[in-house]
Amino acid sequence: MNGTLKFVQGNEACVEGALYAGLKFFAGYPITPSTEIAESLAYRLPQIGGKFIQMEDEIGSMCAIIGASLTGSKVMTATSGPGFSLMQEALGYAIMAEIPCVIANVQRGGPSTGLATRGAQGDVMQSRWGTHGDHAIVVMTASNNQDVFNITIEAFNVAETYRTPVILLFDEVMGHTRERLIVPEKDEIPLVERLRTSVKGGVDYHPYLPREDGRLPMSDFGGVHRYNVTGLYHDMWGFPSENPAVVDGLIHHLTDKIRNNVHTITQYKEYFIEDARTILISYGSTARSALHHVLNRRKRGEYIGLLELQTLWPFHGDLIREKCKNAELVVVTEMNLGQLYRQVKIAVDHPERVFLANRVDGVFITPTDIKNMLRLIQGRGV
Amino acid sequence: MAKPKLKEHHINRDWCKGCGICVEFCPKKVLELDKQDKVVAVHFTNCICCKLCELRCPDLAIEIETEL
Amino acid sequence: MAIKDYIRERFFPHIWCPGCGHGMVLNALLRAFEDLAISKNEIVMVSGIGCSARISGYVDVHTLHTIHGRALAFATGVKMSRPELNLIVPMGDGDALAIGGNHFIHAARRNIDITAIVMNNRIYGMTGGQYSPLSGYGTLATTAPFINIDHAFDVVELAKAAGATFVARTTTYHVKQMSELFKEAILREGFSVIEVLTQCPTYFGRKNKAGSAVDMVKSFKDNTTPVGSKAKLESPGLIERGIFVQKDLPEYTREYDKVIERAMKKR
Ligand SMILES: Cc1ncc(C[n+]2csc(CCOP(=O)(O)OP(=O)(O)O)c2C)c(N)n1
Ligand code: SF4
Ligand code: SF4
Ligand code: SF4
Repeated sequence: MNGTLKFVQGNEACVEGALYAGLKFFAGYPITPSTEIAESLAYRLPQIGGKFIQMEDEIGSMCAIIGASLTGSKVMTATSGPGFSLMQEALGYAIMAEIPCVIANVQRGGPSTGLATRGAQGDVMQSRWGTHGDHAIVVMTASNNQDVFNITIEAFNVAETYRTPVILLFDEVMGHTRERLIVPEKDEIPLVERLRTSVKGGVDYHPYLPREDGRLPMSDFGGVHRYNVTGLYHDMWGFPSENPAVVDGLIHHLTDKIRNNVHTITQYKEYFIEDARTILISYGSTARSALHHVLNRRKRGEYIGLLELQTLWPFHGDLIREKCKNAELVVVTEMNLGQLYRQVKIAVDHPERVFLANRVDGVFITPTDIKNMLRLIQGRGV
Repeated sequence: MAKPKLKEHHINRDWCKGCGICVEFCPKKVLELDKQDKVVAVHFTNCICCKLCELRCPDLAIEIETEL
Repeated sequence: MAIKDYIRERFFPHIWCPGCGHGMVLNALLRAFEDLAISKNEIVMVSGIGCSARISGYVDVHTLHTIHGRALAFATGVKMSRPELNLIVPMGDGDALAIGGNHFIHAARRNIDITAIVMNNRIYGMTGGQYSPLSGYGTLATTAPFINIDHAFDVVELAKAAGATFVARTTTYHVKQMSELFKEAILREGFSVIEVLTQCPTYFGRKNKAGSAVDMVKSFKDNTTPVGSKAKLESPGLIERGIFVQKDLPEYTREYDKVIERAMKKR
């Protein structure tokens, strides 16, 4: 891979990915541990003619990126727990109105102000169900800078493809870990650009009528098509409707467009799964330690493998079941009280073989922690 | 400038909600509400084409057409 | 173009109650568009939630019907990325100044080129008559069944203090003035606030025994006076209407162009 070698924090890797993907507008509000994303974009965006604005709060930030997205720009905001909580209503709006946008949540310990400078992975369920009502959402994460870069680009691609908000669920440890990053040459990674309608001005345009492939070509605000965008249930022109058939059709469209594409959307990495008797399942920074442990034990001939999830939602249960079908032990490693663990238990054939190896004290899970917890789970003592 | 001459009061009976605002504020008391609470230009010969009814109607239900 | 060319006729008659002042605001706004002969493709109307916010559905421009209180934040995003567009943000009094108060003062402070219209009926219409931050001390509402002890904001003073560069007030009685103010606000660069005293006969009117829509419109005639008039000295209770602030200060998106210029030099 050709490109520029950098030595950066995870938050900056996210910025590099966003810019590579074509980010043009960022609105945000400072909060540890995501602030570097805003700071870096305040510098970088105007250099390429893009726009940065520090809003009065995270609600405003989320609303501003939706507005900007409607004019055709690729947009993003970044925050952490308290700010992510504030964004939930507008996030639901983006789902309902099908607005492509990317939200980075660099997780810290919660609830409330919680642990501002410590890592946690407690927002897995909030990212899934934070906004009210039935809905689908895409949530992605990564465990090293190169992957943070790649997954950020992927987030923009998925947002454009499915006209949906995509959440990047990083964590404090990832956000602040400094390591190398190679930014590839332009065009090396494919980008999905805004799909614009080919309908000419003066011809009836249906902003909310999906094409046969499920995609909805957009028309930029300020362009030749004047339509309505609303958070209410709406018809194919974007006008409010309470017609049961319209409502039913829309809620299914909104959820199916994600669910039916779970195979395409899902990204993961696997290490030594084929013959593994013990499978670790992890994601984000915790997956680094899990991988470290797996590599260590493999050297000693232990049949252990790692499934690192990069797409958390939509949850690809079939994939988990398939990968875990021969495992005698499945251990989910995460920095929360078992948010993904419960999902895994539901997905596999043998839920009784699924265990949780976690920490929720703000301390990063090390390979040694994993080793010790595995010994406990296997009844071997520490 | 010559005074505009009235051609017609266009009243959209489907849109008129009978609020009476145009009736009350017409300087020449041209308008009245009928039994169905829709506006009618009863004394249209008195109309001075000031268009205040048209400008104030909350329902865009009344329009004054003048001769050019 | 005639005013009918600016509306989405198929949605009429509109949902507002008979005599609702929101329709009069719509009427005056359409006339402002017509007089200015602006192209419909250049206007983006952003509204929040409330009876007032439903206005966006009726106007044949680019319309963004958002969430309660946040219209100005959405509009800020639109304006930042497409500064050449004309942003009109009509809001209810609750929408603009209760839940949306923070966005209101910050948009004003930035002096971003948006025309903000506060359709002030002193009540929450859509949810059925609860008091708003503009109801005022002594009024009645479903959530103030005995008496409202909350004091009201003065929208003009608030907008002024927050930094809006055009601040005006009018009423639904003064429809010609309303159109003129809308026109001025649209033509100006910067954050403009026009407060329109408007009637909700259904809730404010009934709760406060203010009479019919006609009576309420009449009261706007009787209880207001042009800004700086002698009448105000004699009867201090009169509400002033007209233009309170009109000043030229650098507009936000133009200022951001300077940021871009500086940033590019540092590449
Ligand atoms: C976050 C949120 N809280 C509450 C509501 C309920 N709600 C809808 S409109 C409204 C107030 C409407 O009053 P106003 O903004 O003054 O406009 P009006 O209806 O009087 O025109 C409220 C409280 C909501 N939609 N969203
Ligand atoms: S003002 Fe309009 S709605 Fe009201 S009575 Fe007159 S025409 Fe009808
Ligand atoms: S144009 Fe003037 S005079 Fe004629 S009906 Fe309307 S308000 Fe009355
Ligand atoms: S409830 Fe009040 S504000 Fe709402 S439409 Fe009726 S009169 Fe207008």
